[in-house]
Amino acid sequence: MSAVLAIARRELWGYFVTPVAYVFMVIFLVLAGLLTFYTGDFYDRGLADLQPFFDMHPWLYLVLVPAVTMSMWAEERASGTLELLFSLPVTISQAVLGKFLAAWAFIGICLVLTFPIWITVNYLGDPDNGVVMAGYVGSWLMAGAFIAIGTCMSTATRSQIIAFILTAAVCFVLLLIGQPQVLDFFQDSVPPKLIGAMGQLSIARHANAIARGVLDLRDLVYFFATITAWLAASVVVLDLKRTR
Amino acid sequence: MIEAERLTRCYGPLTAVDSLSLSAEPGQVLGLLGPNGAGKSTAMRMIAGFLTPTSGTARVCGHDVRKAPLAAKRALGYLPEGAPSYGEMTIREFLVFMIRVRGLERDVAFRRFDEVVMRLELEDVLEQTIGTLSKGLRRRVGLAQAILHDPPVLMLDEPTDGLDPNQKHSVRMLIDAMARERTILISTHLLEEVHALCNRVAIIANGRLLADATPAELEARSRYHGAVSFSAAGSAVSREMLARIPNVANVEVDPLDGRVTVFPRAGQPILDEVQALLRTQNLEVSEIQLERGRLDEVFRQITTQPRGAQA
Repeated sequence: MSAVLAIARRELWGYFVTPVAYVFMVIFLVLAGLLTFYTGDFYDRGLADLQPFFDMHPWLYLVLVPAVTMSMWAEERASGTLELLFSLPVTISQAVLGKFLAAWAFIGICLVLTFPIWITVNYLGDPDNGVVMAGYVGSWLMAGAFIAIGTCMSTATRSQIIAFILTAAVCFVLLLIGQPQVLDFFQDSVPPKLIGAMGQLSIARHANAIARGVLDLRDLVYFFATITAWLAASVVVLDLKRTR
Repeated sequence: MIEAERLTRCYGPLTAVDSLSLSAEPGQVLGLLGPNGAGKSTAMRMIAGFLTPTSGTARVCGHDVRKAPLAAKRALGYLPEGAPSYGEMTIREFLVFMIRVRGLERDVAFRRFDEVVMRLELEDVLEQTIGTLSKGLRRRVGLAQAILHDPPVLMLDEPTDGLDPNQKHSVRMLIDAMARERTILISTHLLEEVHALCNRVAIIANGRLLADATPAELEARSRYHGAVSFSAAGSAVSREMLARIPNVANVEVDPLDGRVTVFPRAGQPILDEVQALLRTQNLEVSEIQLERGRLDEVFRQITTQPRGAQA
């Protein structure tokens, strides 16, 4: 465990010594604010909640999370430090977990820094802060799923650009797949049971469910299963690359 | 202790390391010598656990790298080729990270940190970012990282590559000082390094082990081994007279500087006879030397012979 924490700590620290973290944070916070107030009907809805704010998160993550994860393993491979890392008494799983936790913690920090919006809504009205909290948890879990996908793509390729595009594409599919329009499109060609399953795969659906304030076990299971599966795939890919 | 057992690694159709068996004991500095692309680094990467062998295995202090990789890695200090490290960290941060990942005890860690920093003379540059360091300093940081946990086995891939003569000397002193109770495997393509450091040499080419001997044994394979060379001023020495000495096989004269080399028949001492002859001829010999053998010649001879031929 100390090895996992050591790696996580180094990675997280790594975000902050390069401009990556600051650029990311500024863009994230500015976009989160702008999108909420301008396109999210924050005022006009007349409701004291953060629904428009959380609705924007999947689309923000879609662009920003791949930017965080693309260098995660690709750079390690390109600079040769991968060899150093794997000659240390650390299992591949520990290394993958450490890096994942760092990126997840980083997004967590960004989410915490959106607190002025929460203060605003509390100043303007009387929101249900339990629901707001649940919204944050849902958003963070969704970010975790995106990061796990990005981790896997970063292990698969040496090129950061390819890692970025693949991550964004997979996340996009997982966001779209639950949308009614998409499901309608497949209505005639796919058995109804499969349509239901496709809907269940959707990241947005589970995140929205949590954001409504209901911490349903099924949604939690969905996120942890997604994260675990993609991280496990990352471990397999890294291990495979040692034999080829 | 390092043992490699029929270690093999293929990249597609290319066999980079072909059934390599080696072993090195504590107190030995085994030099892996070979031309570029011979498979030295690939072999080391497999022993370090970075690459999985296609077949065969290796053991570090008795721990099989395939069955007990963590135990093997704990016993090993490894300097990868090119000494990669995290460029955005300072030397101190990097070493502290290594201490944490290796899970060293606090008091041990402090002691080792100070010792390693002192040994590699890093005191004055601890707060410098690794990315801004010179090649030589980076190599020293890589070495520091490799010996940080005081491992019984050290594996150094081209440890002095890119260092200036002074730095080379200090790295060799360091390796020499650590050699007594440790097993050290270094790879190199520098023949001088073999003389300076190794008490055993394994020559590999095309992934195969072609020779495993002490430097002296290798030198004995040279046709120069036991030859006598001298420079004589004045009248040219008659080659015929030298060639008439019973145990002399051949005499060569360097066309440029006129230096004469007298080759013996296999294993026969000829120094006394040659000296006696020179005395009777009253030649003014400015310098005379008994050759030990030339490693570069043996190296060339071993590594360039056609595939399939055994050394």
